[in-house]
Amino acid sequence: MSTVATRTGTRTRHVDPTRRQQAVAAWALALPFVLLFAVFSLGPVLASLGMSFTDMRRTDIRDPFAVNPVGLDNYVQLVQDPLFRKVTLNTLLYLLLGVPLTMAVALLVAVGINRVERFRGFLRVGYYLPVVTSIVAVSVVWKFLYRDNGGLFNTILGWVGIDGPGWLDSTTLALPSLVLMAVWRNFGTLMVIFLAGLQTIPQEVNEAAEVDGASGWSRFRHVTLPMLRPTLLFGAVITGLGYLQFFEEAFVMTKGGPLDSTRSATYFTFDQFGFGNYGYAAAASYLLFLAVVLLTWVQFRWLGERDETTVKGAKR
Amino acid sequence: MSTLTAERQAAPPKAPASRGGGEWRRTPTWLYGVLFAGLFLVVVPFVWMLLSSLKPEAEVRAVPPTWWPETITLDNYSTLFTKLDFPTYFLNSAIVALAVTAGNMVFCSMLGYALAKLDFPGKKALFAIVLGTLMIPGVVTFVPLFVLTTNIGLSNTLLGMVLPFLAGPFGVFLMRQFIQALPDELIQAARIDGAGELRIFFSVILPLCGPALATLGILTFLTSWNNFLWPLVVAQTEEKYTLPVALALYSVGQNATQYGLLLAGSVVVVLPVLAIFLVLQRHIMQGIAMTGIK
Repeated sequence: MSTVATRTGTRTRHVDPTRRQQAVAAWALALPFVLLFAVFSLGPVLASLGMSFTDMRRTDIRDPFAVNPVGLDNYVQLVQDPLFRKVTLNTLLYLLLGVPLTMAVALLVAVGINRVERFRGFLRVGYYLPVVTSIVAVSVVWKFLYRDNGGLFNTILGWVGIDGPGWLDSTTLALPSLVLMAVWRNFGTLMVIFLAGLQTIPQEVNEAAEVDGASGWSRFRHVTLPMLRPTLLFGAVITGLGYLQFFEEAFVMTKGGPLDSTRSATYFTFDQFGFGNYGYAAAASYLLFLAVVLLTWVQFRWLGERDETTVKGAKR
Repeated sequence: MSTLTAERQAAPPKAPASRGGGEWRRTPTWLYGVLFAGLFLVVVPFVWMLLSSLKPEAEVRAVPPTWWPETITLDNYSTLFTKLDFPTYFLNSAIVALAVTAGNMVFCSMLGYALAKLDFPGKKALFAIVLGTLMIPGVVTFVPLFVLTTNIGLSNTLLGMVLPFLAGPFGVFLMRQFIQALPDELIQAARIDGAGELRIFFSVILPLCGPALATLGILTFLTSWNNFLWPLVVAQTEEKYTLPVALALYSVGQNATQYGLLLAGSVVVVLPVLAIFLVLQRHIMQGIAMTGIK
């Protein structure tokens, strides 16, 4: 042990040889990742920004540097494009409907599971199942469940005498129908995070509140919720980030219809790419990126301590 | 909510304290009822998918629908695997997912170790950049990535599908978190024994990373298996489709009304990951709690 102490002691005084060795080794270890990352992640992020200021089209694909700069034209055009406005609205609606619903369901289930003594692990795994499945595959299944005639939902509604609507054929119902599926598909992640958060609340706090005469609801409202605040905010942000990018469910279930009522910002970008309007697509994707950055910024701004909360929860 | 309040007030005020934060009160029976009913609702779509995929096409479309299949048949599956090219799609999905998983396990643990335990110039900046890209949506990069892969001759190849996902920031974050918690003394002792820096990583640190590597491996595999946008962009001919791409394109194309077939296809996509998840769920739950994402 004393050798270790001496050795570290000397190391800090005559740093150079070991230090250099360490730095060389570190960069050797980092190199494969850094190269791949630079070429396939960081590069494209910057290239996309550059592209958004050009008139690049599919015909320029072999010669991407021969395109004309057009300044902010793409962005100006986007803001004036009625379809882009519509998809922005759809995306926001999806976010505003989806996030609170997902959080409410996740919190209810988490609080429930947190109160039971048996089957905890079983329930947690069961409720989490949809999260690991492919959105494309579950969209195919839900499209089948949503069918007008013979679909599961309308059959069940039929039992109580309600003639169910064509969920995915209506411009007002299609988007909420996709949201409902998204809630089902995604709440499991938040449930697990909330459960971890709930377990960090010391039971003494709850007991103290009870001694003071607080009822179950008011303990939940005034003790549990405030103590869970960082976890809840974090959950809202990561769910929001996912919902801002929704695409697959619309692609499979509605093809963005009826009348573009389920076309999202990502879908719009994908379409523009398909039409060969690369510069325009890049600009649209960057506006979406801006929304993502804003949301992430909110996260860093409001909840620096979230790692602590979740990690502590895991160690219980 | 009133039921909940009443229930709690009716219980004796001094329940014996037990372990977890929430377990300070005896569980009311109705709560089990509610939780299991909820679980049933969550699982119903999967059950419905499986049962319907075993029905002949005419029965799949029956109004009102049958619950238990009147005729059980594997016709839909045999069509998928003989008339359509699902064996190829399955293989493509597996190859891509395994390659991406292997790459992430190797490259992310290497960088994760360097960031956690070694001192080098540029370390802080590197970590900040990697962390900063954690949230970048795939939609931002796919257009320039497509231009790039086309120009280096990788469009419509599996390699083109793999490369952009070979080194993800999530894995670095996870591995760094894990390795940081390993004791420094291990590394110092190995240095005293004269082990080189790279050797320390491969023979001292890596063997201890089992749990984190398992978590990373499973999460990466699942994510890659379900990945859609990029494979959709890269794959241009049918023999390069992955399962989600094939399923999505069939479901909006000429097979759009063959529900039995499409549901069987969904089963083929979903069943392997459900099986993997159920067997290895412990690692996944750890990963979510550790990083708070995915």
